Amino acid sequence: MTRKRRRLYILMLCAIGLGSATALTLTAFQDNLVFFRSPSDIVAETPPQGRAFRLGGLVEAGSVVRDATYDGRPAITFRVTDGAHAIPVVFNGVLPDLFREGQGVVTQGVMGTDGTFRAREVLARHDETYMPPEVADALKRAGHWQPEAGAPPPPNQWNTLRGNNAPAPTPARTGS
Amino acid sequence: MIPEIGHFALIMALMLSVAQSVLPLWGAHRGDARLMATASPLAFAGLVAVGVGFGALIWSFVVNDTTVMNVVQNSHSAKPLIYKITGTWGNHEGSMVLWVLTLAICAAAVAGFGRDLPSGLKSRVLAVMGMISLGFLAFTLFTSNPFDRVWPPPPDGQGLNPLLQDIGLAIHPPLLYVGYVGYAVTFAFAVAALIEGRVDAAWGRWVRPWSLAAWAFLTMGIAIGSWWAYYELGWGGFWFWDPVENASLLPWLVGAALLHSAIVVEKREALKVWTVLLALLAFALSLLGTFLVRSGVLNSVHSFASDPARGVFILGLLAVYVAGAFALFAWRAPAMAPQGVFSPLSREGGIVLNNLLLCSIAAVVFVGTLYPLFLDLLTGQMISVGPPFYNMATAPLAFPLVVAMAMGPLMAWKRAAFWPVLQRLWWAACIALLAFILALVLGGWNALPALGFACGFWLLAGAVVDIGDRSGLGRTKLANVFNRARHLPRAAWGAAIAHAGMGVTILGISGMGLATERLIALPAGGTTQFAGYEWRLDGVRDFQGPNWTSRKASITVMRDGQVLHVMEPSRRFFPVGRMTTTEAAIRTNLARDLYAVLGEERDGPTGQREAVLRLHHKPLAPWIWIGAGIMALGAGLSLSDRRVRIAAPNRRRREAEEAARAGATA
Repeated sequence: MTRKRRRLYILMLCAIGLGSATALTLTAFQDNLVFFRSPSDIVAETPPQGRAFRLGGLVEAGSVVRDATYDGRPAITFRVTDGAHAIPVVFNGVLPDLFREGQGVVTQGVMGTDGTFRAREVLARHDETYMPPEVADALKRAGHWQPEAGAPPPPNQWNTLRGNNAPAPTPARTGS
Repeated sequence: MIPEIGHFALIMALMLSVAQSVLPLWGAHRGDARLMATASPLAFAGLVAVGVGFGALIWSFVVNDTTVMNVVQNSHSAKPLIYKITGTWGNHEGSMVLWVLTLAICAAAVAGFGRDLPSGLKSRVLAVMGMISLGFLAFTLFTSNPFDRVWPPPPDGQGLNPLLQDIGLAIHPPLLYVGYVGYAVTFAFAVAALIEGRVDAAWGRWVRPWSLAAWAFLTMGIAIGSWWAYYELGWGGFWFWDPVENASLLPWLVGAALLHSAIVVEKREALKVWTVLLALLAFALSLLGTFLVRSGVLNSVHSFASDPARGVFILGLLAVYVAGAFALFAWRAPAMAPQGVFSPLSREGGIVLNNLLLCSIAAVVFVGTLYPLFLDLLTGQMISVGPPFYNMATAPLAFPLVVAMAMGPLMAWKRAAFWPVLQRLWWAACIALLAFILALVLGGWNALPALGFACGFWLLAGAVVDIGDRSGLGRTKLANVFNRARHLPRAAWGAAIAHAGMGVTILGISGMGLATERLIALPAGGTTQFAGYEWRLDGVRDFQGPNWTSRKASITVMRDGQVLHVMEPSRRFFPVGRMTTTEAAIRTNLARDLYAVLGEERDGPTGQREAVLRLHHKPLAPWIWIGAGIMALGAGLSLSDRRVRIAAPNRRRREAEEAARAGATA
């Protein structure tokens, strides 16, 4: 076998490998990209049925019901808000350790026909001062935090947020 | 005083690394033996300096010196001593010092074991390692100084994160770091080879053990991290395709490709340019992993405090090292003449296929990990890429990899025939087929796990065939076979064992694919049938720990009226830091894990107090980590091969020659 032939074989193999990797990535992307939506996004545009997405925001204070039943199994219901709108969520499962009212949360699941979000997963972080970037952004877009005014207020003060008639959050500390 | 000594030692190390990155390189360029000879002493001195710095930091943690900011933020006098010590590297600043220390140890090892390296290559390798050390020491000192003082000192530290007080988490980062830093060594060798414009078998002989060692440590580090997530986080999974996990998987995949292609360089002097490229890539991906963890640009469960300044600094380091190395590669690589012609159907061809598939998998994982970041930067749209993507995109690439993995070792170098290989593997194929059918019938017609079982048994049987074939099974007497098997090179055993370990891990993962779970609310005394066992909740009671209180459930697991296990999952509440943690209860018999998590307590429909329980039945779960251990063991065995130690007799011979010459002139 000449060197040229061998190089040709190797190049062909590489092309096949790269090509199949690209094709696999693209097909898998098509069905499995999970979009992030805030409650306001959902109100503005109804998400497609049956397609999983992530819903993020703050757990509305006083909305957590821990002894609900859904689908014949124990469930927890709560509402996720970005200050402007709130979406009811139902979750069959054990909540993560840092799930708390008034704190940032990201849930993944599908929208039910009744307007309730059916969460398959609830992601909360192992740091009580951690604000998921998506949630911070959703709050910004809903007008509850002006980045120009300074850093976001600590999450444990945001639990005064309630649905539509939310009072403005404690203004961020300015100056020092 | 001690922290100042530590700080000073780190600054000394920075100065030494400046010298180490300039003097030997200049010496090698000029051919000045005296300048080249500075490389080893500088590497040893650097190790001493960083060692003193790290020791001073441990000392500050052990005596709980609250005038040091890092100790205040990350330690507490009430912590057990072992976690005070491991807490040294459980935080950002300390972990960077550990990173630099590991690098210094590796540089000293190259200097110490590398007496036989050609002096030009050795001084260039050490100079490149000095440059890497320089960058990371500067990063540590300028953006994350572990010895910053605080005045007035607070009465005690604040660091009692209960999740981090765990032995798994204490040994996971050092293992990962040794893996990452091991690729810094192969990177240094690759850059030195590019500067010299020469790659030969001797180069391959040096790169292979380093890539092997780095890969073994990375394997263990990833496995222990995954095991920690499994038992500590209470989610019941072992791998979440989280960006930070992917960041450690990427160098692992490319490193696996590297250690195979280095064999080809060593044995056949082929694939040289490709191996150099892989060595550059493996370290680039290790750096990328460090960047992703430290900068917090990706949303991940690993919530290290993120600081944009640090992210920019590491991104700068990444750009300098990677862009520099790849520019050098583009400039010098065409000069390296390929040798060692081989047919596509040969051991070399098999390794090319292995490299190709491993790199394709790495490319898929890379795209999935970074795509959300780019989309966010470009369009502001926020998405995430979850496990279904990775499962769908990597499985079709992993399957041919596994099929070829059993066949590759049976092929001859240079030119092989397909048919004899298949003939030797036919009974392995039968076992795989049998496993597939059995798994399909017993596992409830799940195609994917059944395919996984077939792959696992195929690899195990393939490893047996490999060893049997090498020791002449079926061609000679049985006593002879055992004798030959005993005297096979350790590298052959290592390869077979590592491949078998992969098979065991695949079996474990497939078993996890058949896992079942049930979420149920039970009153005290209530029972449920699940996974063939009867589970009875005996009750939930309060429990007082040293610095926490908890609610602890007691669950009796029975089969046919006989008590098998009493499981006690609990939820702990830590008043300092107001944290709750879930302590899952796990019982294993190696064939399956039973896993129980305690959830909410609430008033049931009949007014009774109920506890929500999540119960899991996970067949073969422990095999995932056992398999990883076997893989690392195989790599270690291969490291102890005579071939790796071959330099020693060479040295003795040279010394003898020199002595003879000295005698002749005297």
